[in-house]
Amino acid sequence: MNAPAGIRAWPTDTLTRVPYWIYSDQALFAEEMERIFRGDAWSFLCLEAELPKPNTFRTSHLGDMPVVVTRDKDGAIHAFENRCAHRGALLVIKERGETKDIACVYHNWTYDLCGNLTGVAFRRGIGGKGGMPPDSHPEAHAPRRLRVETFCGLVFGTLGSNTPPLETYLGADIVPNIRRVMRKPVKVLGGYSQILPSNWKLYMENTKDSYHASLLHMFFTTFRLNRLSQKGGLVVSEDGGNHISYSMAADVAGKEYEQAKLRTANESYALEVPELLKSVDEFGDGIGLQILSVFPGFILQQIRNSLAVRRIVPIATDKSELVWTMFGFEDDTDELHNIRLMQANLIGPGGFISMEDGAAVGFVQRGSRGAGRELSVVEMGGQGIGSEESRVSEAAVRGFWNAYRRHMGM
Amino acid sequence: MEKLFGVQDLNARYAEAIDDDRLESWPDFFGETCKYLVTTAENVAQGLPIGMMFATSRAMLRDRIKALRQANIYEPQRYRHVLGAPQLIEERDGALVTRTSFMVARIMHGGETMLFATGRYDDRVARNGKGLEFAEKTVVLDSRQVDTLLAIPL
Repeated sequence: MNAPAGIRAWPTDTLTRVPYWIYSDQALFAEEMERIFRGDAWSFLCLEAELPKPNTFRTSHLGDMPVVVTRDKDGAIHAFENRCAHRGALLVIKERGETKDIACVYHNWTYDLCGNLTGVAFRRGIGGKGGMPPDSHPEAHAPRRLRVETFCGLVFGTLGSNTPPLETYLGADIVPNIRRVMRKPVKVLGGYSQILPSNWKLYMENTKDSYHASLLHMFFTTFRLNRLSQKGGLVVSEDGGNHISYSMAADVAGKEYEQAKLRTANESYALEVPELLKSVDEFGDGIGLQILSVFPGFILQQIRNSLAVRRIVPIATDKSELVWTMFGFEDDTDELHNIRLMQANLIGPGGFISMEDGAAVGFVQRGSRGAGRELSVVEMGGQGIGSEESRVSEAAVRGFWNAYRRHMGM
Repeated sequence: MEKLFGVQDLNARYAEAIDDDRLESWPDFFGETCKYLVTTAENVAQGLPIGMMFATSRAMLRDRIKALRQANIYEPQRYRHVLGAPQLIEERDGALVTRTSFMVARIMHGGETMLFATGRYDDRVARNGKGLEFAEKTVVLDSRQVDTLLAIPL
């Protein structure tokens, strides 16, 4: 569905009303890929640890555009479009691997790990016949190279010429909280991906929506992993695009939930093996949960000792891929390692506390079909996008739309 | 052959319990201490330990079903397992190490049916007083992608 002509403008002068056509408009989707993902925004590509030594590569995405991330023989990291200069075939087909150079399978054009075209098969023809004219310059059509910056083991890339330096883009409130988690050399522990039956923005809103956490996810609430009455807060970056929602591990909760008789406060619900939730205060600050997002599509997750990065790959207006990579640290003790394996039960498509997200965003996508001109209500915590102590707030969701509108010029 | 017959019967009853929504009996197919892991072929190939579900005891499997029934929110859905013939890899310490291919279709309450998962069960089957049970079951998914969510175990 495309938005009816003339309505592709933000419908009100606040961020508290979001139009539903924004999740289903085909032309808008294509525009988002250009203006946001291939515009002046940093996209998370992979962990440095996924390029463990020189001459390795990992495929990733910039929005829907395929990208190759490499570590060259000197250890430097590069990223470029996964598209041959010749006819546009994928250069790298595998997810990851080791190689000294890259050859397109279609006509064997070759590239170095910086993305430079280094060889054209039969460029001068065979026996003086065929080949390319001497003045042809296929190098001019080489895959576009991304600007790459790494921060605390996270590799980001951008195609935008005006994207600010990465740390500036992350913002002063976000930087120390990435550093807080990514404080040591990382060890990858596993990966998978989740196909979301929704627009990419619905998942990012879900991540920034601290209001839903203990209402949708009963497992979370019942085991006091996270209640809105737990001490915590919401930090939103200046332009709204990046955020942190956090809560302390200790529950100082009153009886607000029970009194409100919410579906999610079933006291009779107890685990036979509560060891599943056993955790250690590995960061030494008592923070049991920190969800951090960076516009447009990156999430860094600490749920107790379950650590993961997630990146969103938009596929279509109503389909996205969420790529999860779980990690620990190289110096994890056996005890901490085992805790991470156990707590992996909390996250991902089969996670006790995150399985609902895939369904919930799909419900919005389906429920709003046919509601193009209607508006959703994003008014918890008022109209602003500022940081606050209360997580009964949609400030970070409004922040997302603030950043979105700026990037889209909407 | 007779041993494989027993494994085939165990596999068939295991899959039927899940497909018939008798999930409360699902943990009983496992040993009191056991290993249940759902992971991907990619993770296995790279030697990475974390997957989508992990349990080390029958009690943890009961917790998973309890959460599914009481806590987790998901649309009503069913599975249909189609299992291949089990293969006996080896006998070790009185247990049978077996491998069985599977395909699982997911049927949503609205009728939509899709091929949800394919893969293999890498199992260690042991004998208890009553018959055979899984001492270990590693569900190795061929694909790293899971559609929407993985609520019901595989």
